[in-house]
Amino acid sequence: MYIYQEMKQKIILGGILVLLTALLWTINKGVFANSNETYVQVKIPAVIDYNFDIKPILSDKCYACHGPDANERKAGLRLDLEDKAFLELPENPGKYALVKGNSSKSELYQRIITDNTDAVMPPADSQLHLTTHEKKLIKKWIEQGAKYEKHWAFLSPVKSQLPKVKQEVWIQNEIDAFILEKIEDKELRPSQKASKETLARRISLDLTGLPPNTAIVEGFLNDNSNTAIANLIDQLMALPTYGERMAQEWLDVSRYADSHGYQDDSYRSMWPWRDWVIHAFNTNLPYDEFLTKQLAGDLLPNANKEDVLATGFNRNHPITQEGGVIQEEYRSYYVVDRTNTLGKGILGLTLECAKCHDHKYDQLSQKEYFEMYAFFNNVKEQGLRMDAVQAANQKYFADAPFMTISDVDTTGVLSFINKKGVEAVNVMVMNDSVPREAFIFNRGEYDDHGEQVYPNTPKTILPFADDLPRNRLGLAQWVTSEKNPLTARVFVNRVWGMLFGNGLVVTAEDFGVQGSLPTHPELLDWLSKDFMEHNWDIKYLIKKIVLSATYQQSSVATTELKAADPENILLARAPRFRMSGEMIRDYVLATSNLLNREIGGPSVRPYQPKGLWEETNAGGNRGVLTKYVEDSGDSLYRRSIYTIWKRTLPPPGMTIFDAPNRDYCEVRRQKTNTPLQALALQNDVQMLEAARVLAQNTLVDAKNDVEVVNAVFKNILIRSPKEDELKVLEDYYNNAKTRLASEEENAEKLVAIGHFNRLKTDPVKTAALMLTAQVIYNLDETITKE
Amino acid sequence: MEKEKKSEETGKPSDSENPLKVNRRHFFSQLSVGIGSLALGSLLIPDLLKGKGDELLGQELGIPNFAPKAKRIIYLFQSGAPSQLESFDYKPTLDKRQGEDLPESIRNGQRLTGMTSGQSKFPLMPSAVKFNQYGESGAWVSDFFPHIAKVADELCFVKSMHTEAINHDPAITFFQTGSQQSGRPSMGSWMSYGLGSENKNLPSFVVLTSRGKGNSQGLYSKLWSSGFLDSKHQGVLLRSGKDPVLYLNDPDGLSRSDKRHLLDKVSSLNKIHHVETGDDEIESRIAQYEMAYRMQMSVPDVMDIKKEPESIIKLYGEDCQVPGTYAANALQARRLAESGVRFIQLYHQGWDQHGGLPHEMAGQAKDVDQASAALILDLKQRGMLEDTLVVWGGEFGRTNYCQGKFDLKNYGRDHHPRAFSIWMAGGGIKPGITYGKTDEFGYNVVENPVHVNDFHATLMHAMGINHEELTYKYQGRRFRLTDVAGNVVKDILT
Repeated sequence: MYIYQEMKQKIILGGILVLLTALLWTINKGVFANSNETYVQVKIPAVIDYNFDIKPILSDKCYACHGPDANERKAGLRLDLEDKAFLELPENPGKYALVKGNSSKSELYQRIITDNTDAVMPPADSQLHLTTHEKKLIKKWIEQGAKYEKHWAFLSPVKSQLPKVKQEVWIQNEIDAFILEKIEDKELRPSQKASKETLARRISLDLTGLPPNTAIVEGFLNDNSNTAIANLIDQLMALPTYGERMAQEWLDVSRYADSHGYQDDSYRSMWPWRDWVIHAFNTNLPYDEFLTKQLAGDLLPNANKEDVLATGFNRNHPITQEGGVIQEEYRSYYVVDRTNTLGKGILGLTLECAKCHDHKYDQLSQKEYFEMYAFFNNVKEQGLRMDAVQAANQKYFADAPFMTISDVDTTGVLSFINKKGVEAVNVMVMNDSVPREAFIFNRGEYDDHGEQVYPNTPKTILPFADDLPRNRLGLAQWVTSEKNPLTARVFVNRVWGMLFGNGLVVTAEDFGVQGSLPTHPELLDWLSKDFMEHNWDIKYLIKKIVLSATYQQSSVATTELKAADPENILLARAPRFRMSGEMIRDYVLATSNLLNREIGGPSVRPYQPKGLWEETNAGGNRGVLTKYVEDSGDSLYRRSIYTIWKRTLPPPGMTIFDAPNRDYCEVRRQKTNTPLQALALQNDVQMLEAARVLAQNTLVDAKNDVEVVNAVFKNILIRSPKEDELKVLEDYYNNAKTRLASEEENAEKLVAIGHFNRLKTDPVKTAALMLTAQVIYNLDETITKE
Repeated sequence: MEKEKKSEETGKPSDSENPLKVNRRHFFSQLSVGIGSLALGSLLIPDLLKGKGDELLGQELGIPNFAPKAKRIIYLFQSGAPSQLESFDYKPTLDKRQGEDLPESIRNGQRLTGMTSGQSKFPLMPSAVKFNQYGESGAWVSDFFPHIAKVADELCFVKSMHTEAINHDPAITFFQTGSQQSGRPSMGSWMSYGLGSENKNLPSFVVLTSRGKGNSQGLYSKLWSSGFLDSKHQGVLLRSGKDPVLYLNDPDGLSRSDKRHLLDKVSSLNKIHHVETGDDEIESRIAQYEMAYRMQMSVPDVMDIKKEPESIIKLYGEDCQVPGTYAANALQARRLAESGVRFIQLYHQGWDQHGGLPHEMAGQAKDVDQASAALILDLKQRGMLEDTLVVWGGEFGRTNYCQGKFDLKNYGRDHHPRAFSIWMAGGGIKPGITYGKTDEFGYNVVENPVHVNDFHATLMHAMGINHEELTYKYQGRRFRLTDVAGNVVKDILT
């Protein structure tokens, strides 16, 4: 026993040394040249896996000249296809790039290890090179028979057997078996379960984007049944805030905005479409139907107005209002944008890379790109309908084709739209009323037509079934077919990323050969298959994940875990990461009780630093978003999803926290940590006002001055302060009171911040407590999901 | 320790004032999370990478690739596209053949914007303003730019610029990011990513905007966006007025010492929590708060021109005392350059003269002429011109034919991508030369064409960067500012 432990210690110590060495080496080699890279593997696996070990090397280092792009191919060698890679080399008769089982006769291997600088591959001028480790992998792969396999993401997911694990008692559902297997592989243990307070906050943030209210927390803390967490999930998912939370994610994917983009960037009325998205999530529309309606709702048999409204998804792209553009150039941009959005947002493919030439890495030809393009090419639209000045004069806020939503509709099938008594509103939607011929664009240029093409889908992914109509409806059926290997995986991965910070495939936008490999491929497949078997039920999927022991772990990073798995790829602890800008603002509004919980309606204009739109517009008359006029009253405090989104100058409180500008589809945000964020949290009027309102409310409710700090803390962090924390804060509060008592004019100034009603509380106490609340609002913990 | 003393001497807030400063060890412990994601932060890390850190920085991207001539760039972007025919590209043929239709052999299939594609005639329009030659170099400069004319021997005029886009949005996006479509990192972001920052209290890429009275085009935050690079490489818009950086100012009623108290508590509590959670991101957060605190001093300090002597005010012109003017921004640019900001991007709106060109352009030129020349002189007298690269130019040129009614005193010119002029100065660029040539109509480049990609490659070269080597892998592809093209214009380099 003792000897065993000593050995184990030595192994761990040795392991740490190896890791440290590897780390130093990787830093020197720039292996972490971007954050998508997974760890460098130091040991050569016993059996080389083509998809996981070899193809990433070939793709990254060789395909540019020996891959799918026919125009760039050198020496007639193509390595991405098995039947081509073993052919005799046309420029070297009698020689072969690959000879199964024989690395010395395989030119590929000889050319990567040669010292001859003229012959070495990749060539010096490519700026690419192979590491020793990569060369070893290739050698072993050839010696094991140089076996090819189809790209993992293009194979249908299968539910594999649940792995056998030792610590079975930890397991709560299937997910945990897959996670635990890898943890045990590394001789680690999963973390203990997070406290109930932490879980209440975590689950509420994940499912509603808001902190839990007191009633929910107390209900959960007092629920000692086995189903306490399941009950909490059900309770939160039934709230309308769930739909808002889910819609927020979808708005980045669907590049939703309240403006047209491009230089004048005037207003568009797309918000009823946003209301539909919220509604769709709240009614738990299955994901396949959710996509079908958005891609082709107008083509459904007996399509109603809701179905047509959903197709606004494909009109969310920017539209120019610059006088003098060439119509066809811009119209083609819009079709390209739809095609790319389908690729990145729904299929997880960088389709756009095949627009100007055959894809350099994935088996997607330029022809296949324009076959996809052909599906979206028949809309009765123009590159430019009206310039921004005309459009503003005529109140033309939706470019044709559009649908009109009137009071009749909102009392009927569109009852979920919060029309707020405004007149009829127009929303851009899809139609297929102008059949157009489609062509390959040579070099991607709209005015340089090549071969004519017809609607079709890439056969590598899934051939287009003969019985499907060759229109967007057929396309939607192809996308949502259970045989499509990508759709479910991509969505499941994004939901995972929403909850864990990173997807199982980190490059959520790219499931192609250059994307990162799944950290837990069997788990991704199991979940994807399970999701489809359960009728693409989104709430089911989320509940499944949240009920796992994996999700419910503590996020504390022990020294051991940090050393063994600094990026937390194994998930032996829960992730801990900063909230989005929207979530932070909503959190502050909710905890200060300022939040106006109204759902839907035209976008609103909360506080924003003055002059931003005015300084950059093209002139005061160029459209209707040239001046920012702040709202008043309740509209200031709506959830951030309703803040007006002007693409050329999105809300700074959001972009400072890494929100994209919504010019095109984005599926994941960065999570940076910058001084501008620190400034926004300290000095944004909204933050300060929330602190003031929370302070005055607390003072009104408080029986005595002793408990106020504790109360503010609990309100914000949904937990009681620890002794040392409370001491720091109470000292601060008392000192602040003393200081401010001698500078009452400063206290008066502080408590005057923001438009919300001032209550009759003592200004000095209020200001001191407000600053105390500011301290808490600025804590890392406050803006972090733990 | 030495550094701390130094900052006390300069009267700026020193690290010792702040008991919570992040130390190098902590910082590098962060690196294990992935050095790439931290890259060479413009905002996050600057000074921590001084000394040994610089070596590491060099190792990671291998940059600079060779000894740089320029350490920083000031880009005076003239948004809307000033006419080359009324500024630097003198074409007497247009006088001789005024009113004649542009020969089809010269137009040669050039696509036109929707604004003039309907015109039945394309009458050649001469410049309403006179030209003269200046300096030893004999550079041609129009009377709109008397001050720039005086510094002509410091400048390198490139008269053979050409681009691909014919509308403002794609053209300006192309100039700033190397792509006509939104989504790629801005030039300044690439420089920040490649070279990092020289000042721990200021961002490495800043943007200043101003507007003339001429017909203008909007500006968009995407022009200074970091695209797929880490958002800390994003340009920071410095605005005129009391809040130059968004949310920079503390609220009324909160004194500087109150602020310090508040931050100290935030830091103490964050530290407690760091111990509990083991998450080193909290350390980084503490460092960001300290940087923000320092910026609250350093930004107003660098923006405050009150300390500038009368001679400088005179040099840039009285306008430089009016916040938000081009002249004020030009002076600001020099101050930022002195403080070690890597890339200073100015935009002056209002150069889109589809009509009323002689009058509008005179006004625009008046806005920028004196201050642009002053910037050159000012940098020179401080010995900074040799390592500061200054660029002046718009997103495309303007047509040699008239848009709208043919009136020699009041005419317009449409967009023209095939040939236009810019100038550069300092930082490794040959002074007193003219490079490239257009035909006698000023329509086509006939000698030494410079594409936007070439321009980018040349700028990067001056900064010590091989444009083919500074790449970032995104969506499986290695992207560069110059995409798949670009040749360094060696002939204009010193």
